[in-house]
Amino acid sequence: MRTLRGNQLLNQKVFENLTLVFKNYKNVRFSSHFTYVPDEKSPVSGETAKMNMFQAINNSLDYTLKTDQNALLFGEDVGFGGVFRCSLDLQKKYGKGRVFNTPLCEQGIVGFGIGVATAGATAIAEIQFADYIFPAFDQIVNEAAKFRYRSASQFHCGSLTIRAPCMAVGHGALYHSQSPEAYFAHTPGLKIVIPRGPIAAKGLLNACIKDQDPCIFFEPKALYRAAVENVPVENYELSLGKAEILVEGTDITLLGWGTQVHVLREVGILAKEKLNVSCEVIDLQTILPWDKKTIVESVKKTHRIIIAHEAPLTGGFGAEIAATIQNECFLHLEAPVQRVTGFDTPFPHIYEPFYLPNKWRCLEAIENAINY
Amino acid sequence: MWNITKNTLSCIPKNVRSIKFRYGPTKNLKTTSTDFVQNNSTTEPLHPGLKEMKWVNELNYFKEQKYDILPIYRVLNHSGEIIQETENPNLPKNTLVKMYQKMVLLANMDIILFESQRQGRISFYMTNTGEEGVQIGCVAALNFDDLVFAQYRETGILMYRGYTVQNCLDQCTGNIDDKCTKGRQMPVHYGSKELNYVVVSSPLATQIPQAVGAAYTFKIQKLDKISCVFCGDGSASEGDFHAGLNFAATLNAPVIFVCRNNGYAISTKVNEQYAGDGIAARAPGYGIHVIRVDGNDIFAVYNVIKYAREYALKHNKPVFIEAMTYRVGHHSTSDDSLAYRDANEIEQWSEKGIVGGPIKRLRKYLEKKNFWDDETEKKYQTECRKNILSALTKAENKLKPNWREMFGDVYHKMPEHLREQMKEMENHLKKYEKYYPVDQHAK
Repeated sequence: MRTLRGNQLLNQKVFENLTLVFKNYKNVRFSSHFTYVPDEKSPVSGETAKMNMFQAINNSLDYTLKTDQNALLFGEDVGFGGVFRCSLDLQKKYGKGRVFNTPLCEQGIVGFGIGVATAGATAIAEIQFADYIFPAFDQIVNEAAKFRYRSASQFHCGSLTIRAPCMAVGHGALYHSQSPEAYFAHTPGLKIVIPRGPIAAKGLLNACIKDQDPCIFFEPKALYRAAVENVPVENYELSLGKAEILVEGTDITLLGWGTQVHVLREVGILAKEKLNVSCEVIDLQTILPWDKKTIVESVKKTHRIIIAHEAPLTGGFGAEIAATIQNECFLHLEAPVQRVTGFDTPFPHIYEPFYLPNKWRCLEAIENAINY
Repeated sequence: MWNITKNTLSCIPKNVRSIKFRYGPTKNLKTTSTDFVQNNSTTEPLHPGLKEMKWVNELNYFKEQKYDILPIYRVLNHSGEIIQETENPNLPKNTLVKMYQKMVLLANMDIILFESQRQGRISFYMTNTGEEGVQIGCVAALNFDDLVFAQYRETGILMYRGYTVQNCLDQCTGNIDDKCTKGRQMPVHYGSKELNYVVVSSPLATQIPQAVGAAYTFKIQKLDKISCVFCGDGSASEGDFHAGLNFAATLNAPVIFVCRNNGYAISTKVNEQYAGDGIAARAPGYGIHVIRVDGNDIFAVYNVIKYAREYALKHNKPVFIEAMTYRVGHHSTSDDSLAYRDANEIEQWSEKGIVGGPIKRLRKYLEKKNFWDDETEKKYQTECRKNILSALTKAENKLKPNWREMFGDVYHKMPEHLREQMKEMENHLKKYEKYYPVDQHAK
């Protein structure tokens, strides 16, 4: 609508009528299953600027290209700014030699990136959607992850970062909605990171790019525009492998990552209002290697945990966490570990509202855990 | 150097003879896709998907069998004589002798290690028999700094650059001196940072787009070096082969692709691998300069690599080389190739056969030049075998690395969960040590 108004194609009257039509229209897309809660805490002091998540990512990439002359940024359509605008203006600033389009071939993009990193340069590769990372699965799992190990550290591709948009977007169906983190979590040698918003995205992406191991950085695409925060202008890094406690609580731990963190924050408020339950909300942030210590400590305090992720239940990363909690917190648990996840189906188009582990399914899980 | 020229066009209908074939990136091509030019004329096609084109008004498919078959470039004939003196690389005596010696050393090591696998002394081995010429001819023409991405049958390159028989055997046995893989990879998965040879991995063709990425980086950093990547005729069927060639051409990477077409991928013959004119004929489709060479002719290989290297560096463009050869040995120690091919066929390609291998051909040349004779040969062969056997014994007698090395180098720094798992194994071994081969490993 903003574009239409900006172009003055519609007068105010027509616009209001249209809005009314949309309101009454029963089949309007059920596109927002979460309410975005901006981070208030700034990781560094100093000046901040309002940025959404794609701008924060752009800011991080800009900083890298400016300060690291060996950094290259490439993928499908990154030259004109990227289909999600993350690389906006970077080709203009740093030239076609350093910011460039590749042919449409994911195995090529990652293989090429490994080569760049092997030659000692910083490689930031973009896969247009996490759903299309699978053609590069062999290069990621057999090559990138094992490069250092198999060559006794003679060669490595530690300066490789792979960025890819992930998770639900309201209408992405099978191939624009997936959360493939669990496939990669089974691969020693990789680091997997998912931010919940602009401040986290900038700090974690900076850390991934600087990190000396190959990293996959999944960006929840629903947050690119929806998430706006006051992001520090100055550069900063957030630690990989660290979960963050967002809301402290005493009765139950709610653990998620990416967009799901915002669902859980809302669930925490609902649980307080409706059930008088105090929830501790944690953002895992790094899937591999994950922050066992923080989660275990929280569960030992609250005695209950709900793990929620958009990806399917079977073989999802929630299973790994649940098994570890069972092992480490056996005597502290007062209810079975609850997993609220996507169902074991492909990600559907019109059924998305029924598929997602939304606030109502999470709230019910809290009821079950508390009443167990 | 060979180029597709006018005679290639014989298959095109007369009325489209004016098509300019653009095999090989010898001309600056105008693209209509990036530079929009206002053109109201409908006399010429304006599709952004093509470079320059003309209309044709009669239906004429371009038939695959009408392409000229790419010829095989050669310098030495089977008797070790230079066919055309202008093509003689005129290498100095010491280089020629080194090339020959490394081939003979490699051939001897292959015989001994193949046998030692049969005796259970190493777990696996892959010989280079018949393909020594491709490797040595290539490495002699490269600069030492050029980064090599090998498949697995290119050990000669490493040896020419200084990798010793002992280095090979330490890797094959996975002992404490295996600096290459710390006993983590299967035998023959060699590599060396110092010798600019990326450690080999088993998945086929994965190294091809990687080599392109490295070459692109050398270009951006204005380093005076290229990368050279090897694959076989089989791995050229992988998607990564397509990815690598297309990326190299569109991103202008100074990389040399060398395909060893030895007729077989394990048991699969080339006629089940592809239906076109080998691998080389694909390169023009990607816009890549290409040549086919006699892989058993070390001078021919040397010449094409020498040219390719200069060309790649000067123009920042890839070059494709298909080296025609024959896999004389079994695919690996896990394979008996007589199950799918005739013994006579192997015989004709062996060093004693009618066609003969690359070693015999160079030897004949050296003898004519009086750079080598029977006595030197006998002495050198004995010396080779002695060295290899003594290296094998040494390698076998060395301890394996500490079992904790199993946990190292997964990440740059060992993460907490791996430290815990290592601790768990330590505790387990305290109780159950006698069930493990701990004596064979360094403490």
